[in-house]
Amino acid sequence: MYTASDLRKGLKIEIDGAPCVITDFQFVKPGKGQALYRCKIKNLITGATVDKTYRAVEKIDKPNLEQRELIYSYQDGDHYVFMDSTTYEQIQLDADVLGDQRFFLVEDMEVEMLFHNNNPIEVTLPFFVEKEIVETEPGVRGDTATNVMKPAKIDNGYELSVPLFINQGDRIRIDTRTGKYADRISKGF
Amino acid sequence: MKIAVLDELSRKKEALEVRSACLWAIRDFFHQEGFIEVETPIRLRAPAMELHIDAEPSGDLFLRTSPELHMKQLLAAGFSRIFQMGPCFRVGERGDRHHPEYTMLEWYRTDSDYMDILKDTRRLLLHVAEHLRMNASHHGRFASIPWQKEWWVLTVQETFLRWAGWDPVLAFDADRFDVDLVNCVEPALAEIEVPVVLKDYPAAAAALARLQEGNPAVAERWELYVGGIELANAYSELTDAQEQRARFEECASARAKNGSPAYPIDENFLAALSAMPPSGGIALGVDRLVMVLMGAASIRDVTAFQEG
Repeated sequence: MYTASDLRKGLKIEIDGAPCVITDFQFVKPGKGQALYRCKIKNLITGATVDKTYRAVEKIDKPNLEQRELIYSYQDGDHYVFMDSTTYEQIQLDADVLGDQRFFLVEDMEVEMLFHNNNPIEVTLPFFVEKEIVETEPGVRGDTATNVMKPAKIDNGYELSVPLFINQGDRIRIDTRTGKYADRISKGF
Repeated sequence: MKIAVLDELSRKKEALEVRSACLWAIRDFFHQEGFIEVETPIRLRAPAMELHIDAEPSGDLFLRTSPELHMKQLLAAGFSRIFQMGPCFRVGERGDRHHPEYTMLEWYRTDSDYMDILKDTRRLLLHVAEHLRMNASHHGRFASIPWQKEWWVLTVQETFLRWAGWDPVLAFDADRFDVDLVNCVEPALAEIEVPVVLKDYPAAAAALARLQEGNPAVAERWELYVGGIELANAYSELTDAQEQRARFEECASARAKNGSPAYPIDENFLAALSAMPPSGGIALGVDRLVMVLMGAASIRDVTAFQEG
């Protein structure tokens, strides 16, 4: 159990059995009154956000969370299969748990998976992933200075904006936290 | 190599200059008004007893949570206008508007009540704002608080009926009062351009204030809000030693029930109280005043250092 004075931004707690994270936190104490802890709380499964005010005496449940390192293996229809490299246990995730992150998986990628009561609820990918551009308008040679972007697609159909000088067949790095273009990987080695 | 701590301090240069100008203007105002500046002990045997305020132990003594009890002894001894500005300490109060060590301004005048103190407060804040306007080289950087416009003065009763939908004077509920104050009332006050005074607190929330003659359901206490930030708390001071002792004892047993540390009753203070003339007094948070003047989001932005 946590007490109210443990609460802070980023702390993971449990409300009615659901794992949640505190996204905003404010200590308040009205004149001569009791200490109150105002929180914005996000449900880690549904993504829904609620406001909640805790009193100093309140106890808050601690979620049973476990973080594990897994290797991405392969896609099986709507399922994505990961493997624990020490136990060889296989774990299947649906597209909706992964969200857009499913587009950035590559075979043998190491990911961090967060489990709540042994159910996977959150996956953290490496910050950058390499992908090949399979479709875009031909590049404009030498135009590396402007910030003008154009649409492009990677192998699994994910669309993003890339600078004008990027060509079909170029390999780029994508920031998995934002889903946006980061830089081009130089070729010619 | 850059030193992060020094970078942070140099970023605060403007805030600390405004703070300095503010401290100067406060002292200037009180000296012009014929107040004397007093210094009372920072380490106390008996901190002012409040249900929700805990004092930091300091050896066998406690660091003061307020200089109130000593300042009132000076009133009883014949000092008629006194002020003090200095550090106070409260355990566990840490947030954007709180720090366990902070700077408090208190002033008291005899033969006056809480509404006389409101007149002082308005003139003081106009004086400070004017001093900053005339002397600061930081034009346009201050939050534009229209101090000179008429301030709103609302009773706690009408405030709660309007924004929280219930009457805390009719039936007081301490827990609901605190929660609704921060969740319903303070956000509404933050939308009001001019300073707002909430006055006449339910008797159960009187603390060291006198109950109103002819209407003992309320205490002569007000709080000042500027931009939704609570700046000051004022009383018509309770001078009835018997009632004060009863309130201390009631508070001590409520603290014991909460598992809060026990504090001795300050017998010197109680003995002095019967000799104290009718007086008004106030505590004003200086850090928060600077926050309001600067439009700062956190108390950390207006204090050079924060230990602990």
